[in-house]
Amino acid sequence: MPCIEARGLRKAYGNTIALDGVDLKVDEGRILGLIGPNGAGKTTALNAILGLAPYQGELKVLGRDPWTERERLMRDVCFIADVAVLPRWLRVSQALDYVAGVHPRFDRARAEGFLAKTAIKRKSRVRELSKGMVAQLHLALVMAIDARLLVLDEPTLGLDILYRKQFYDTLLNDYFDNSRTIVVTTHQVEEIQHILTDLMFINRGRIVLDCSMEEFESRYTEVMVLPEHAAAARALNPIHERQVFGRSILLFDRADRQQLAALGEVRTPGIADLFVAVMGNQAGAPETATQGAAK
Amino acid sequence: MNTESTGTPGLAPEPRPITATHPMLWSVKRELWENFSITLAPLTVAGLVLFAFLISAMQLADKIRDVLLLDPAKQAAALDKMFGFAAIPIILTSVIVAVFYCLDALHGERRDRSILFWKSLPVSDVTTVLAKVTIPMAVLPLVAFVVAVVMQFVMLVLSSMILMANGVAPGILWTQWPILSQSLVLLYGLVTLALWYAPIYGWMLLVSGWARRATFLWAVLPPVAVAIFEKIAFGTAYFAALMKYRLQGSFKEAFIVDDPHLVSVDLAHLDPVRFLSSTGLWTGLAFAAACIAAAIWLRRYREPL
Repeated sequence: MPCIEARGLRKAYGNTIALDGVDLKVDEGRILGLIGPNGAGKTTALNAILGLAPYQGELKVLGRDPWTERERLMRDVCFIADVAVLPRWLRVSQALDYVAGVHPRFDRARAEGFLAKTAIKRKSRVRELSKGMVAQLHLALVMAIDARLLVLDEPTLGLDILYRKQFYDTLLNDYFDNSRTIVVTTHQVEEIQHILTDLMFINRGRIVLDCSMEEFESRYTEVMVLPEHAAAARALNPIHERQVFGRSILLFDRADRQQLAALGEVRTPGIADLFVAVMGNQAGAPETATQGAAK
Repeated sequence: MNTESTGTPGLAPEPRPITATHPMLWSVKRELWENFSITLAPLTVAGLVLFAFLISAMQLADKIRDVLLLDPAKQAAALDKMFGFAAIPIILTSVIVAVFYCLDALHGERRDRSILFWKSLPVSDVTTVLAKVTIPMAVLPLVAFVVAVVMQFVMLVLSSMILMANGVAPGILWTQWPILSQSLVLLYGLVTLALWYAPIYGWMLLVSGWARRATFLWAVLPPVAVAIFEKIAFGTAYFAALMKYRLQGSFKEAFIVDDPHLVSVDLAHLDPVRFLSSTGLWTGLAFAAACIAAAIWLRRYREPL
């Protein structure tokens, strides 16, 4: 059973189409990065998955309809919808008491263990903690819940790089195993590249790229081309070109690496570079470019 | 990636530990953590009443001497004015606190976005909203009761000491104003008041779950508008009378008020049968239930932010 399965997922707010027929399938044990520009439909898609918003189309999360079976689903699904949604009046000890009191799969000792590695005091109120510590606290609570799906919507927005790195390292080392599934959205795509198993780009309510990271690495190639080879490289149909220090960097989809190696320095692109390439093409010629990048 | 322990998709996951939970209990506790001040307000008022009473206690011995001259039927009433009435500011405070609690209960969690945290836990919207209903309906009346009875007891003890110091026997305070039975009267009054005001609390909870801002205005202005509209359009004031009846009717329906000038009450003045058979109570409760159901529906089916 796939963890999340959607077919023809649609959602409109008045005249604005937030989700325009999204099909997606996320298997158990994957870490999916859902990447898209602001207003692309990421949060709408996650809200549908979490049963927070109604939708049209078919959607099953852990085999359940999230809109009608939300309460039951929330025992197996956990989410951090944003940074700083913990109420400011809440004390750390109260947060532990409360979650232990209402969540059948919460392991308080585990949460205490995570907190012991931080500088967070039991007696502090959330309003007294720094933004980074609030994120640590929320993560400690969530990681102590034995959930099967964890959804993270911009969980590190506004945190400094040390907290961001620690956040994802902790998640990967102390939480993730192959029976769990994680879906994460973020604008800091480079920082999560190494933890993802799957990648999905969403733009204007449509999935414009859906591939595993293995596929991503074998499919896309970036070449830093010497000026004398530029014309030859352009003839091979790059999907994107940018200039850095006077040299051209060309991005290819399903190109022959051997052939490219002759033209310059070959490497696997960063997710951000591919994102700019795919979204840039979208902006120029939305309909045709979609065909090119979509799976 | 770790390949040895790959879970086979399609197989049921191994059983995982499930610990017993009490969502309702913890939801009510959660409300008390957030709104701890709702218990402090009646306490503060009790402190003020006690302070004022102490100032007035200088003439207490003279007052009691006057009471002793009255016939026994009026002695109880006179003492009720001294001790029973002291509970009224506490009851009023708890009603005001309840109103403001209700106006914020479902609004605050959306304003500070913490609803996204609460909704990430397996606590149903029914449980959450009902936990919030228990605050004005049960917790606040109980707090008011305890605070008022303790305050009255302290007043009686202080009075007894002052009377003894002035050479007056304090027994009359305890026999003509029996605190045990008078606290039963208070409890009855608080319970009937909470039931009578249930539609007000329900309405305020619904508005707090619906309005994006200015919950107080949304709660108060529509009824006022309806009353003004009725007055201008039809020249009548049925709606205004209905509102007045709702605000003031609890005492009239729940107690026997034989002499409008004698407002002191004791056990003999309770009339639970009339209260329970009054149409006003049941229409009010039906309206409250509808409002609460609508508030639950809104929290469940409207997008949280």
